[in-house]
Amino acid sequence: MTGEPPPTPAAAPVPAPAVRTRKAGGHLTPEVLDQARQLIALYPEPRSALIPLCHLAQGQDGWLCPDAIVEIADLVGLTPAEVRGTASFYDMLHTEPVGTYVVSVCTNIACLLRGAEELLEHAGASLGIGVGGTTTDGTITLEEAECLADCDRAPCVQVNHRYVGAQTPESFDRLVADLRAGARDGEVPRHGTLIRVRRSGGLRVGRDRIAAERAAMAEAKARRAAEAEKGDH
Amino acid sequence: MAITEAPKIVTARMGHPDSHTLERYLATGGYEGLRKALTMTPEAVAAEVDAASLLGRGGAGFPAGRKWSMLRKNPVSYLVVNGDESEPATFKDHLLVERDPHQLIEGVLIAAYALQVSQAFIYLRGEFALGLERVQAALNDAYDHGAVGEDIFGSGFSIDLVVHPGAGAYICGEETALIESLEGKRGFPRIKPPFFPAAIGLYGEPTVVNNVETMSNLPWIMLHGGAAFAALGEGKSTGTRLFALAGHVRHPGVFEIEMVKTTFADLIFAPVLGGGIPGDRQLKAFIPGGVSAPWFGPEQVDLPLGQDEVAGAGSMLGSGSVVVMDEDTCAVRAAWRITRFFARESCGQCTPCREGSGWLERIMARIESGHGREEDLDLLLDACDNIAPGLTWPPQQTTICVLGPSIPSSIGSAIKMFRDEFLVHIKEGGCPFG
Repeated sequence: MTGEPPPTPAAAPVPAPAVRTRKAGGHLTPEVLDQARQLIALYPEPRSALIPLCHLAQGQDGWLCPDAIVEIADLVGLTPAEVRGTASFYDMLHTEPVGTYVVSVCTNIACLLRGAEELLEHAGASLGIGVGGTTTDGTITLEEAECLADCDRAPCVQVNHRYVGAQTPESFDRLVADLRAGARDGEVPRHGTLIRVRRSGGLRVGRDRIAAERAAMAEAKARRAAEAEKGDH
Repeated sequence: MAITEAPKIVTARMGHPDSHTLERYLATGGYEGLRKALTMTPEAVAAEVDAASLLGRGGAGFPAGRKWSMLRKNPVSYLVVNGDESEPATFKDHLLVERDPHQLIEGVLIAAYALQVSQAFIYLRGEFALGLERVQAALNDAYDHGAVGEDIFGSGFSIDLVVHPGAGAYICGEETALIESLEGKRGFPRIKPPFFPAAIGLYGEPTVVNNVETMSNLPWIMLHGGAAFAALGEGKSTGTRLFALAGHVRHPGVFEIEMVKTTFADLIFAPVLGGGIPGDRQLKAFIPGGVSAPWFGPEQVDLPLGQDEVAGAGSMLGSGSVVVMDEDTCAVRAAWRITRFFARESCGQCTPCREGSGWLERIMARIESGHGREEDLDLLLDACDNIAPGLTWPPQQTTICVLGPSIPSSIGSAIKMFRDEFLVHIKEGGCPFG
């Protein structure tokens, strides 16, 4: 029996491998990008600017969103996973959205001795959220913090990393009301804005200068050592 | 013992509300120490710091001059200032960076000149938002003033300073973790040796890491001489030191005190210092040098505030923070909270620390909440012994850094001093202090 072999079915199209469709670029504003490049230029290696860049991105968005992570990775020459893996190590870098105001109540030893746990409990009840939670209006995120180095004003509270002094349950409620009313906006910028003072200018000492200085230093040192040795004899 | 009339070395300007400005700084002798240093050879500047016998103020208490001399044999590439102040109840660097940023910058410049480095980094913990702004503003002014940058004050020496924010991690106070963090990585301490970043530091190059308070002492030392500094204090503990007093005292705060001449009792009870315990309650215990330090009881309150004196009594002066607990304090709860801190802040690289801290925290929590068992005390000590074998002081090292072996300090102290309280928690199923 002859016959044509059954026709091979037309090759099924090979599904394209899943590729990351998210492309770096476009999320950070031109102004933030410009600041980011200035920061990178301050360091001998771009990766050193990673944390400052994460703070910058949080300043733009209030948190460290996936698009920003991709763009930061591109800026410092890492993969997004490396950026996320580093960022997630640090308490201040939020890879999930947080409220406009992150309220951190310290309960470490010095604050514990001065009523911090009672304050935290009150804060949670008063805001109607648990530790780590955000109010439904997206205004306030409550955090339990480790020592914030303001122990003479215990129990210590920070809002967006600005110290607001020792708080009692009563003063805490006033603080929250003030925040909601925007009455503290001058002193407490919205979450993510960490350093409002910009560095004026980049590095002033050029790389050539550094190399020349190092050579001159080594030479001077050798000369002084030789002289000292001569002096000893 | 007494509170001496020693000069204020690092807090002299704090009375002025504008102590952080360049105007105030220049009006009060600012940058004169640097100008003087620049007329000397780098070796002579380093010798002055050696003569001061300035012990590092970060916690380990290593002589700053000796740290530098290890480096002077090889050219140093970088100077890094550790301003990651996160040891619980330590808040002295907070004061220095917010209230006298120029003093810090001048100190860094003096050190940079002595070490002949062209780039230095000031690493500040990210939670110091105001401090970061103040130091950055001061640095901008210092550049404009000609104190930083190329050919500073016409000396031919050039230096760049960069303010670098952390992002919230206690472990970054450990100097090799700080370097990793400054390289843009997780704050994982590096394996020793090398024991100091002197050999392999930032980007693998020789690096000096010094604390904010250490740096802040340098302008005064340059102006008044190392001998004048060494004339203060006693023995190895020279000069003055900032002590951060917190907990159950009437006036918690940061006090600059001459080393050794003053006692813990003076610090806690003197009306011009701590002012005693509120409600005239009795002193139960105090932590003499950060939560990594073993606790002391009332019988040690007359010890002088000196590094060797405290070490000789089985604890450490550490970061210079003193936490006072009154008679109504639950020792179990206090030790549990400190343990929870370590469990949260362990970086997770080493098993004894990562697993041990969690174990200890859970056992402490169940005792405190009244669900403990009598054998839990032995279990606690056994777990502690696995982290720091023999429970000696200073502890044996089982981990890459000292965080792990610091965990047993508070638990061991609490069990040793207040064993009965643990037993009451266990037998009565709750906390006797409510």
